[in-house]
Amino acid sequence: MTAAIVADDVSRTYDLDGVSVQALRGVSLTVEPGDYVAIVGTSGSGKSTLMHLLGGLDRPTGGTLLIGGRDVSTLSPDEMAELRNTTIGFVFQSFHLLARTTAQDNVGLPLVYRGAGRRERRERAAAMLERVGLAHRITHRPNQMSGGEQQRVAIARALVTGPSVLLADEPTGNLDSATGQSVLALLESLVDDGVAVVLVTHDRDVAARARRQIVMKDGLISETR
Amino acid sequence: MRLAEAWRVALDALRANRLRSMLTMLGVIIGVAAVVALVAIGTGTKQQIENQVEGLGSNLLLVVPGRLQAGSAPTSSPLTLDDIEVINRVVGDRSRVAVTIASGETVRAGSRSGFASMQGVLETTPTVFVRRLDRGTYLTRTDVSTGRRVAVLGAGLARDLFADRDPVGRQVTIGGVRFRVIGVFEPLGQSLGVDRDGEVHVPVTAAQRLLGTERIDGLAIRAPDRERIGELSAAVVAALTERHPDTDFSAVTQEQILGVLGDILGVLTGVLAAIAGISLLVGGVGVSNIMLVSVRERTREIGLRKAVGARPRDIGIQFLLEAVLLTTTGGILGMLLGGATALLVDRLSPVPAALTWWSMALAFGVSAAVGIVFGVVPAQRAGRLDPVVALRTE
Repeated sequence: MTAAIVADDVSRTYDLDGVSVQALRGVSLTVEPGDYVAIVGTSGSGKSTLMHLLGGLDRPTGGTLLIGGRDVSTLSPDEMAELRNTTIGFVFQSFHLLARTTAQDNVGLPLVYRGAGRRERRERAAAMLERVGLAHRITHRPNQMSGGEQQRVAIARALVTGPSVLLADEPTGNLDSATGQSVLALLESLVDDGVAVVLVTHDRDVAARARRQIVMKDGLISETR
Repeated sequence: MRLAEAWRVALDALRANRLRSMLTMLGVIIGVAAVVALVAIGTGTKQQIENQVEGLGSNLLLVVPGRLQAGSAPTSSPLTLDDIEVINRVVGDRSRVAVTIASGETVRAGSRSGFASMQGVLETTPTVFVRRLDRGTYLTRTDVSTGRRVAVLGAGLARDLFADRDPVGRQVTIGGVRFRVIGVFEPLGQSLGVDRDGEVHVPVTAAQRLLGTERIDGLAIRAPDRERIGELSAAVVAALTERHPDTDFSAVTQEQILGVLGDILGVLTGVLAAIAGISLLVGGVGVSNIMLVSVRERTREIGLRKAVGARPRDIGIQFLLEAVLLTTTGGILGMLLGGATALLVDRLSPVPAALTWWSMALAFGVSAAVGIVFGVVPAQRAGRLDPVVALRTE
């Protein structure tokens, strides 16, 4: 089986008003299907930059990065969008659900960009909401749901396209600990289904649950546990 | 992304900010309404004037001495009734030839008086032009050949002088000379700014005697059909030039008059439409402005959509459709408002207005184009947003 993501000596330099800032200085990392990886580090360590690169939201300025076997440096913006749509699922700290839009239509959103019809989107979204335990919230809007429920909707949205990697940026950061635990348990159940889960967190307890911990410091991997 | 889905998203976005969408649309509504209403008024005026010119009669050829040119002084006419005999032979039918000698005269009936345009004419006038009598009879050939002092009054003049009484058979004095009223015209209203109901027709011979002259001012010929107007015009001018080598003669057809008037009014209508178009443009700038605000407000949404697989094009189209939806909805409402305004103006004011499909279609097309033109920049900006930056926006 091919690795879901392969990063080889990946660096990322930003140009901020003429001053170049090295956010990543040569990171090598492989994510296999069914991996459960936590990326930890202080703020400014480069962990968010790494996650954006792994998710195909950004491109490295040095090294090679393969997502789903494809070298991102050779892909057009449209092909990158397609890659994100088919291979990657994102979960954010602040959920990023569309307001005034039902849970079902939020979950179905990624399918819009692969040209799925309304009925197909709704059916698949409903199935996915059922899987995350929200079958009863299908027509609710984000402001009618608790934080934990909103994050479950976001996870359902990340999963609806059947991605091989799920990237979660501080998924429990806005949740109380009990709710956070149940969201983590949901993510871990995906690992058993063969989805690679990559968590970015600064919470040691959350990181400790992963099979592998990658500690970032000053744009480099300082330690792998 | 499917287009139907893109429309739905655009519609939802506009609904979410109803007041703002309405206010933005208002600029387009007013612009389109102004174009439609002003073009309708321009067109209506043009049609009215064309109707008046056509209402003179059909296939008319007007011949006057002098050059028909803006700024040229009226030439004193060398034409006499002898010339008309020649023209009658050229035309071959004296019933198709009318003449006129005009003069402003005071007309009295008892204690009442009025100022009228006295027209010395032949008995052929009603067959050359369109003139109908309300009562009595028109001049006869004998009246003309004997210079009998009989008169046919315009409807307005008849009312001024005789109120409700029947003028036929009564006496009036024109320029101090007694005439007997034999007929009254049907009301005709204004024609090219001249009050046709203030005329009084008398035999050309009687008018010449009254004015102490032999001249006639001009003549009009009704051609048997449209094709023969040109030929007839050339023949008549040639015959007159032969008899009066020192004078230029001008022959104009109704079509030429209509052409000149039509050009002027067309330009006026165009200018009105252009002025209204400026307000449409201003409305477009408003749309552009609001779309930029909308892109900024929804930066996070754009970032999320990109993260889950939206291509730059998908995002661009979504915002472009939003702008087009704004302006086309505004365009439809503006067409209705402009159309209603034009109808009200036509009904309730003396200004005529005629709705034309082309102006409605043009205004609608322009409003859609405005949406595209002014939506492109905000849409491109949205499409090019960096997803990492967009997601981080609070």
